[in-house]
Amino acid sequence: MQPMTTEQIRVLIARGKMKDTIFQALGIICLAIGLLVIFLLVGDMLMRGLDRLNIEFFTEFASRRAHQSGILSAWVGTILVMFVTAMAAVPLGVAAGIYLEEYAKRNWVTDIIEINITNLAAVPSIVYGLLALGIFVYTFGFGQSILSAGLTLALLILPIVIVSTREAIRSIPAMIREGSMAVGATRWQTCRYHIIPYAMPGILTGVIIGLARAIGETAPIITIGALTFIAFLPPVPFTATGADGVSAGLFDWVMSPFTVMSIQIFNWTSRPDPAFEINAAAAGFVLMGMVLSMNAIAIYLRYRMRKNIKW
Amino acid sequence: MNHAMSANSVSDLHQVSDRLAHNAMRHVSERVIEMLLFAAAAVSVLTTVGIVYVLVSESIHFFQNVPIVDFLTDTQWTPLFDDAHYGIMVLISGTLVSSGVALAVAIPMGTVIAIYLSEFANPKVREVAKPVLELLGGIPTIVFGYFALLIVTPLLQTIFPELPGFSLLSAGLVMGIMIVPYIASLSEDAMRAVPMSMREGSYAMGATKLYTAIHVVVPAAISGLAASYILGISRAVGETMILAVAAGMQPNLTWNPMEPAATITSYIVQVALGDLPHGSIGYQTIFAAGLTLLLITLMFNIAGQWLRRRYREAY
Repeated sequence: MQPMTTEQIRVLIARGKMKDTIFQALGIICLAIGLLVIFLLVGDMLMRGLDRLNIEFFTEFASRRAHQSGILSAWVGTILVMFVTAMAAVPLGVAAGIYLEEYAKRNWVTDIIEINITNLAAVPSIVYGLLALGIFVYTFGFGQSILSAGLTLALLILPIVIVSTREAIRSIPAMIREGSMAVGATRWQTCRYHIIPYAMPGILTGVIIGLARAIGETAPIITIGALTFIAFLPPVPFTATGADGVSAGLFDWVMSPFTVMSIQIFNWTSRPDPAFEINAAAAGFVLMGMVLSMNAIAIYLRYRMRKNIKW
Repeated sequence: MNHAMSANSVSDLHQVSDRLAHNAMRHVSERVIEMLLFAAAAVSVLTTVGIVYVLVSESIHFFQNVPIVDFLTDTQWTPLFDDAHYGIMVLISGTLVSSGVALAVAIPMGTVIAIYLSEFANPKVREVAKPVLELLGGIPTIVFGYFALLIVTPLLQTIFPELPGFSLLSAGLVMGIMIVPYIASLSEDAMRAVPMSMREGSYAMGATKLYTAIHVVVPAAISGLAASYILGISRAVGETMILAVAAGMQPNLTWNPMEPAATITSYIVQVALGDLPHGSIGYQTIFAAGLTLLLITLMFNIAGQWLRRRYREAY
């Protein structure tokens, strides 16, 4: 190889620096595309749906006439389904996370559970819908109810809750456990009074991210056969329903048919009449608002956590 | 005095037995709690067992009516017609074409973002960019479907006037955007795990940042990058709502992204929207389709794990 002159080396360095700059610009452009998509999406839905975003939109049922349609049954259904999901996924996920971190011995049973959780996270959401159709809807006989949908979504977000619980527990140093056990606490007392409270912010973050994922899920709920046109609300506990005047029980609502925001949007986008696109835009904007604010809370919580905790 | 002493020892005895009983209770409740926690952990295994059981048991009924050779080789998918054909290749072609388009967007973009964030960006940019990516990844897929149908398709139609209202191309492009955050964030984690000393060695030899990134960091992190691509593929293959909204639900054996076509997932949605009786052959097709989908994702995951083991670099 010929030795280079100073001039040649200068050219080489300039070329290298040039490539660095070009790549950096490319990276910024790619990031900007992502940001642009968010703005374009939110902006478009807001512009299109703005004149539908009034009080009536939230207090009216869906209707055949686009301009009279609202999302009352959809947002009520979403909140109720999310409630069932949280009630099932949080205790199960946190308990599983505690077991795997604090109790489980290193043996093949634990290995199977761990591999299984990793693999479940990669299973497409629609497959959970098929599971729910076969098990919850027909075998257990829950029908196309809020209970079926809530449990389906709970199974879907269970890996997220378990993984974030484990991460939160793992970041607690061993001296906390040793200190607690040294004064005579049992394993469960250590978990109950030390591990769970200290891991709470991390667990909460995982739960919020999981619920934000569940709130936007559409495919598994469609698969269990949820109706798309619902012009009534689930029965409120202890109020009279129907003509016979019998009061609804405390839990009657869980067996009620329902619709959710995402299904309502799907219903409106798949209609040929462009008047319904406006409704879809407005409902999409509301759903985005719910999801983005939940994610923002989670991101903020994590940021606070990273700043505050110094063991 | 004697009397007093015996009374004393009796109460001592009581205390001891109380404590023993208390300890025994504690032991029992500890065991019960451990069993409960184990049961919660076992739910995830039950979920997998449930998925496999439901898909396989319904598919067995399906394959008693439809020979498996027809299922794999027929070139038509018309399960709800009188002249029923069950050629899963029709749906697989839609799935593969849309996933291909999505990955053609997501892998380059995700990798570039990951390299930029891990090797070039200063910490402040990274602090802002990561949450933005997370927000992008958190957008509900039904909203992305709306985006594909009502924003991206009209935009593409100004470039390609012959593009139909539903196409695999616009659905695939939006799916790509959706997958970028997953690939970017996992790849970045993998690259940040490469020890600093390797970069310093490269810089000391006079290499630029880009040269170091491509020739030192990326090869060292390749197993992590491969894992992130595999996750991207799984998400693309399993994505449902974007395709159901924007790609049309017409079964179509095609390799051309400019056409509308049904995928495995959008077919399941289409059937679920209708009202098929439980136990009919139409009802069983969605489980056969679901089993195919699960096997495809499983195949990619096994390939990914093999790749990871093959190219793992330990420091």
